[in-house]
Amino acid sequence: MVLGAIALNVFRESVRDRVFYNLLLFGVLLVGASVLVGQMTAGQDVKIIKDLGLAATSLFGLFIAVFVGIGLVWKEVERRSVYSLIAKPVRRPELVLGKYLGLAFTLLVNVSVMAVVLYLLLGYMQWASPENLRAAWEAPATDPALLKALLLIYVQLLLVTAIALFFSTFSSPMLSAALTFGFYVIGHFNADLEHFDAVVTSTPIVWLLRALYYLLPNLAPFDITAKVVHGQAVTPGYLLMTIGYAVVYIAFLLAAGSYIFARRDLK
Amino acid sequence: MTAHRGARPLAFGLALATLVAAFVGLEVWRDRVYGEPAPGDSVLYVRSGEALRRMSLSFSPLLADVYWVRAVQYYGGTRLSTSSTRRYDLLYPLLDITTSLDPRFNIAYRFGSIFLGEDYPGGAGRPDLAVALLEKGFRANPTRWQYLQDIGFVYYWWVGDYRQAAEWFKKAGDVPGAPWWLRSMAAVTLTQGGDRRSSRVLWQSLRDSADNTWVRNNASLRLSQLDALDAIDQLTAIGAEFRARAGRHPASWGDLVRARMLRAVPLDPTGVAYVLNPVTGAVTVGADSQLNPLPVGSQADRPAR
Repeated sequence: MVLGAIALNVFRESVRDRVFYNLLLFGVLLVGASVLVGQMTAGQDVKIIKDLGLAATSLFGLFIAVFVGIGLVWKEVERRSVYSLIAKPVRRPELVLGKYLGLAFTLLVNVSVMAVVLYLLLGYMQWASPENLRAAWEAPATDPALLKALLLIYVQLLLVTAIALFFSTFSSPMLSAALTFGFYVIGHFNADLEHFDAVVTSTPIVWLLRALYYLLPNLAPFDITAKVVHGQAVTPGYLLMTIGYAVVYIAFLLAAGSYIFARRDLK
Repeated sequence: MTAHRGARPLAFGLALATLVAAFVGLEVWRDRVYGEPAPGDSVLYVRSGEALRRMSLSFSPLLADVYWVRAVQYYGGTRLSTSSTRRYDLLYPLLDITTSLDPRFNIAYRFGSIFLGEDYPGGAGRPDLAVALLEKGFRANPTRWQYLQDIGFVYYWWVGDYRQAAEWFKKAGDVPGAPWWLRSMAAVTLTQGGDRRSSRVLWQSLRDSADNTWVRNNASLRLSQLDALDAIDQLTAIGAEFRARAGRHPASWGDLVRARMLRAVPLDPTGVAYVLNPVTGAVTVGADSQLNPLPVGSQADRPAR
């Protein structure tokens, strides 16, 4: 009940902050691109619209997750509204979790609307394309497998939100943003950490890097855009394992963030 | 008071519109006086596809699309350029980056190799790079026998090396799932070399098995070129017959029509009239025909045995 009220409040605040204006930009970007790419891409317009739609969903979601996520807790402390909240029967971990769920819901609405816009546009392209052109596509324009890519994009955004929220429980927004973007970048590079033994001879360093590989969030597996767009199979087992990894990692970040925030001196 | 409040936004809007008109007007004036700034030459700041792939994080498919658009624009722009020194230097790097960013980008390999392999000035005239691109594609997609078939075509059509072409057709036929006729294509290529009839069989097979409209259209264009070469042979023979009768080359198609050797001005498969040289009697396709340039001097120039 308390969690729901806090989460709903975060969602309303997102609406008030005009977060959903990005949807308008997304729609204009996709429709504009669909008009342009057909002229310039030698018959690759459906592939490009899929790539663009998925990349834009991921990028816009990333900005919302980071820039809204870093302010969730910090704003309450800065405005001192946190005092009135914790004076009520609301525990600090509930506050952190409620804030997280609110932003998760905001992102869900955002990604869902983007998915609908993307499918509508692709549906139109499928309808407007002649049979011989459709036969050359690696996957149908309205391929349901796109939902798998959208699902993993959403789950990745949930993980990034948890990272941003974790940092916002103890640091300033600027530092939180820098750290979250840093983790996002590292998250896409950290497969290299596992293979450093090819260039580093020191065993302790190799072990340290391997430990970092396992400890830092690994975001590369969430990126299945290329596979889906090219009609390659993504198994349910892979999806479940990747989502399971995210769920556990998010639980860890929220628990750690709640612990830190619970012990933070707010005076 | 109300009128004053209403007037202020209007005045402000007018002021803004004036400022916009002023800077646009100044730009137009400057361009008229000093000329519009020339667009910069195409530049590739990063040439390593692998480096770009890493820098693009999870956005490499989208970046691959950007580079593919650049490659298409670069090829089209260079091909349409009227400069006598036009070059296709950036074409291979652009395609290499595209396919490094998205190793499954099928059309980038297949059509990219056409851009690269075609004789200069219609293409880059670099069959070696076309083969390199297709080999890269097959390394990344070992079930795509079409890339090996395309390599065979590059050797067949642009290099004129039928032994190599047959070898690649055979390799394509060895890929699990490849159609059976690739092996017979290899045999035909090896035994009949590059006469026009075997060229026709090869291009028809490519057209019928194409997984992409552009590849299919390209095969259809090659078939039309072969038709045009057949027609040119016939028209040259008719011109020679006229010369034997009249003691001179026909001055125009009209001479042949009046002599009842032709019914009308002959048109190539794209509907453009063939060109007759009244001095030498040579026949070729019109300068504005889509069939230009014909693969003159290549194996396809040989009539069927």
